[in-house]
Amino acid sequence: MRNLKLGLLATSMALAFSVQAAEVEVLHYWTSGGEAKAAAELKKMMEGKGNKWKDFAVAGGGGENAMTALKTRVVSGNPPAAAQIKGPSIQEWGDEGVLGSIDAVAKKEGWDKVLPPVVSNVMKYKGQYVAAPVNVHRVNWLWVNPELLKKANAKVPTTWDEFFVTAAALQKAGIQPLAYGGQPWQDSTVFESVALGVGGVDFYKKAFVQLDSATLSGPTMIKVLETYKKLKPFTDKNAAGREWNLATSMVINGKAAMQFMGDWAKGEFLAAGKVPGKDFLCVAAPGTANAFTFNIDSFAMFKLKDASAVKGQNDLASTLMSPAFQEVFNLNKGSIPARTDLAMDKFDECGKKSAVDFKATAAKGGLVPSWAHGMAMKSATQGAVYDAVTQFWNDDKMSAKDAAMKLAAAAKTK
Amino acid sequence: MSTPNAHYGFAERWLPRLVLAPSFLLTLVFLYGFIAWNGYLSFTNSRLLPNYEWAGLVQYATLFENERWWVAVRNLGVFAVLFIGGAMAIGITLAILLDQKVRGEGAIRTLYLYPMALSFVVTGTAWKWMLNPGLGLEKLMHDWGFTSFTFDWLVNSDMSIYTVVIAGLWQSSGFVMALFLAGLRGVDDSIIKAAQIDGATLPRIYWKIILPALRPVVFSTLMILSHIAIKSFDLVMALTGGGPGFSSDLPATFMYSMAFTRGQTGLGAASAMMMLATVAAIVVPYLYSELRKDHHG
Repeated sequence: MRNLKLGLLATSMALAFSVQAAEVEVLHYWTSGGEAKAAAELKKMMEGKGNKWKDFAVAGGGGENAMTALKTRVVSGNPPAAAQIKGPSIQEWGDEGVLGSIDAVAKKEGWDKVLPPVVSNVMKYKGQYVAAPVNVHRVNWLWVNPELLKKANAKVPTTWDEFFVTAAALQKAGIQPLAYGGQPWQDSTVFESVALGVGGVDFYKKAFVQLDSATLSGPTMIKVLETYKKLKPFTDKNAAGREWNLATSMVINGKAAMQFMGDWAKGEFLAAGKVPGKDFLCVAAPGTANAFTFNIDSFAMFKLKDASAVKGQNDLASTLMSPAFQEVFNLNKGSIPARTDLAMDKFDECGKKSAVDFKATAAKGGLVPSWAHGMAMKSATQGAVYDAVTQFWNDDKMSAKDAAMKLAAAAKTK
Repeated sequence: MSTPNAHYGFAERWLPRLVLAPSFLLTLVFLYGFIAWNGYLSFTNSRLLPNYEWAGLVQYATLFENERWWVAVRNLGVFAVLFIGGAMAIGITLAILLDQKVRGEGAIRTLYLYPMALSFVVTGTAWKWMLNPGLGLEKLMHDWGFTSFTFDWLVNSDMSIYTVVIAGLWQSSGFVMALFLAGLRGVDDSIIKAAQIDGATLPRIYWKIILPALRPVVFSTLMILSHIAIKSFDLVMALTGGGPGFSSDLPATFMYSMAFTRGQTGLGAASAMMMLATVAAIVVPYLYSELRKDHHG
């Protein structure tokens, strides 16, 4: 009798555990409107494959809160199945020895064939896939309010010289040329586009990917810094601390003519009922038409002990990379699929252009990682470079030469 | 053989310890235990996650070479001096003025004390609007016709730390006033009356008799204000976000961004130890003098 009871207890406990283990817990920070819709899509697909979806959403745009929550879970030995981690941070987590491999799924589905190597390299740790990419954001966009440009009789700039002509014309017409958000990550987002436009792809790679000290403090960098600082008179002084979406709404409402921002800004335009190509224009930042700074969202997989949980994890990886999910997700998010083999019919003009440029630059070598969005440097280095850029922008007494030296010093942070 | 008396002795001996044990244990683990853990982390090369490999003083060396850390320290100096000094001065003045048996004292006291009921986050956000040149004070003055008026400290990286001081003062002066008012009310009336009979003027009475009698209040207030200053985090985050750039960073915001957003846990731990050392430098001498006083009756 007693044994029977114990046996029952053991079975029920085992059952309870197995039910729990079949859950796929996913940490993400997609909590804003379009993002939440995209996450719901993922949930539906996962449940369709017989997995139990456990949402672990942590609000906070840049994912800082989510990363703090993730750290506590990993330290306590209870990681979620997958978490939204991107760029070299994947390598950092790999170094901590907590990531699990999904190489079997990737091999079976031929990920190497549909992802450009610059993308797939980021997803691998020591040659094995540990993360799945879901989208590609282009960062080097210039968003333009064409009506204001017409009013000032100015044209859409394609080089930095043209940009300053346009900006001066706008200012003369009493229109604020540039909507700007003065937060460190936004300072760096704009700076990155300036660097790519003024210095070119090779310079960009040498400076921000290889962190070459001589390039970071060299004459081209000084020219980049000077160009960057020349933007400041075209912004308003309330820009300090402004959120990016408030800056975008200035362009939407006609309070400012242009903004440098990644293509998540498109979501704001669309939400305001604006039509791309008519009410607003998306053009490559001056001088960067042949280049593409990418920012890729991805999910890194954590090492799990339970076999059924690992199965759920593999299902998740396969779902994330499936053409159906990549399409529906990116239609909601405003970005483009990471897979390069999808039809782009359903996407809007900016999305189509982005996809064409993505493939073209991937083939010609103009595809570069956005360091301002954590795709090129480790977080400590990135933070130090942020500090140098934002200090230069805010300190009117600092010379471009000093700032270049500071950049080079910051890049040495390990 | 047990008598009721022995039972009572047992309870008397063990009950207080039993009652205190949980909170003692919690304090031991979650305060001192974590301080020790953090101290150890500051001597390791911890990156994203804690690791326990001894690295010596590397993190402290990195910290002292970090320009941003020294901006934070300098800001703390400016903030602490102006915030503590200002709150004390304003609070004492308000308390003395209120102490003159004015009508409606209760209502006025509540008004002064009310900012304390708001969290620093609310204070910071409210002042962020008021000090924003395009939204608050400066725009108001411009709308009224004073177009040459400028007050753009919030967006000026040389002055941003002073906006933190302003908001902090607004928040805490009323609280200091309440403490001092309570202290003033505790001063024996007969001494004041005696002084008045001797012909001392009111300012003289305050300066020479009442304020010296308030020494314990002064010390408690100093203690409270200085630890508010050192751990200040929410006010800066809500008001300036540490910006423009990192010009209004304080050690607390520095620590948070290093440890939690930049994957430099070791460096964050080292900066936290430096903050702890600063607090200890203030609290320990105070506790020492207090405890010694108790000892001598």
